[in-house]
Amino acid sequence: MTTRTGAASRQISQQVAYGFLIAATAVVVIPVLVIIIQIVVIGADAISCDFLSQAPSQAGKAGGIFPAILGTFYLMLGTIIVALPVGVLAGVYLSEYARDNWLTRTVNMAIVNLAGVPSIVYGLFGLGVFVLMFHFGMSLLSASLTLACQALAMTVTTSREAILAVPREYREGSLAVGSTRWQTIRHIVLPQAMPGIITGAVLAMSRAAGETAPILVVGAAFFLPGLPHSPFDQFMALPYHLYTVAAHIPGMSRTTIWGVALVLLAVVLSFNVLATIIRLRSRKRRYST
Amino acid sequence: MSINIEMVDKKAPISGEIRMSTRDLSLFYGNFQALRKITLDIPENAITAVIGPSGCGKSTFLRLFNRMNDLITGVRVEGRVELDGVDIYGKDIDVVELRKRVGMVFQKPNPFPMSVFENVAFGPKRHGKKNRLELEDIVEKSLKQAALWDEVKDKLNQSALALSGGQQQRLCIARVLAVEPEVILMDEPCSALDPQATLRIEDLMRSLAENYTIVIVTHNMQQAARASDMSAFFMMEEDRAGILVERGPTAEIFTNPKDKRTEDYITGRFG
Repeated sequence: MTTRTGAASRQISQQVAYGFLIAATAVVVIPVLVIIIQIVVIGADAISCDFLSQAPSQAGKAGGIFPAILGTFYLMLGTIIVALPVGVLAGVYLSEYARDNWLTRTVNMAIVNLAGVPSIVYGLFGLGVFVLMFHFGMSLLSASLTLACQALAMTVTTSREAILAVPREYREGSLAVGSTRWQTIRHIVLPQAMPGIITGAVLAMSRAAGETAPILVVGAAFFLPGLPHSPFDQFMALPYHLYTVAAHIPGMSRTTIWGVALVLLAVVLSFNVLATIIRLRSRKRRYST
Repeated sequence: MSINIEMVDKKAPISGEIRMSTRDLSLFYGNFQALRKITLDIPENAITAVIGPSGCGKSTFLRLFNRMNDLITGVRVEGRVELDGVDIYGKDIDVVELRKRVGMVFQKPNPFPMSVFENVAFGPKRHGKKNRLELEDIVEKSLKQAALWDEVKDKLNQSALALSGGQQQRLCIARVLAVEPEVILMDEPCSALDPQATLRIEDLMRSLAENYTIVIVTHNMQQAARASDMSAFFMMEEDRAGILVERGPTAEIFTNPKDKRTEDYITGRFG
């Protein structure tokens, strides 16, 4: 009798725990689903050829968002042109050359923590350094450099990890035939680490696409009469456009707001999916010989 | 364990030229002493086997000859390691040049994730050979020397990772041969291979010994007895590692060891 009640109470506590776990997971998943469904359902009506290819008019109430899409792509491009090479070179130095001492460990920790710095702080840094000190002005260049500084935390860390994951046997095999250290890095280590490095770079780009706060203070504009023609021009960008139409333009149609959100989400998610594909493909290549 | 010594007797006598040697060589990992005052000569165009139980310092010793231990932080070396009478730990030594002359084959076959051709051509390319025809010659010659050509000549452009373990190890040997070394170091080259592949590597070693000086670290007593001309027996005692107990012609070490510890080890009484 006692054993039977013991078993029953164990059964109950098992089910209670199970219920809590399911509930917690639902709390995580449901809001994401609701947001995505809402964006897609409402925003889809706004999407049209004109919406994607025309400039906005009447403060964004009419016309399209093409300049913002283009500006965001320019930003991603500018960010990665700076953040990828610097990140890879720093990653090579930190993993292959730097001695393992307190200074290196401190630098590594600082880089990891850079990712946790609020993005508006990067914005202020960019305003002070690129806009004012270097006189790049409120421009695509200043914004790209600012976002690149923020992206570096990610590109350095992922490069370093991808390089460290290259098996020691490969390096030794290369050194044992009289290759220099740099030749070993250039011809063995970097090609092996490349999928990991690219994955990190793509994720860094997708984050740069979504940043709003830093670009606000270093060059994004809500409306410009023309497209940017040089890195020193101001630009429009999707997240800032979304913020403005959603919060500052009275009488904005809900459809347009959600339409902008849908385009931004599509850009960011497609880059995340791309990163996942690169990672999976390289993993497959590594294990199927 | 019974040792078949028939093969030992058939071997050609050793010419006696000394190619590499160590003099009072000690090595430390931080505070831990891994090798203790080792003095050993490596004769030219012969196979010298370094034998002994796990953890006795065999591999560390082998890695002295191409300065592979340099990669590990906190390693300190005392004494001399000579190649043709020159101290390779001296100030003016170019480690890259040294590793061209003293090649190394590792315990686990480590072909690069590239084609068979690119694996063998890797060293020559790094040393500035870019001419395709010249590289093709080197690749063919090296693969033939490594007794692998017939098996891979039709798949030179396929991934080296698709080869069997034994083929991969012979490919690694060909990769080393392609840079025309004088000395070849082998760190338990057969420990990851099946018996048949092992015998093929041993045959290959015997044929290479006509032109190359070979030092091999092995766990396998029969292998040392079958394949080597000279043997050096290392061991550890309590917490002291890296002691060279006995060295000499393999036939003598295996039939008439002078040290009781050597005899105990080769007859399988410990280790």
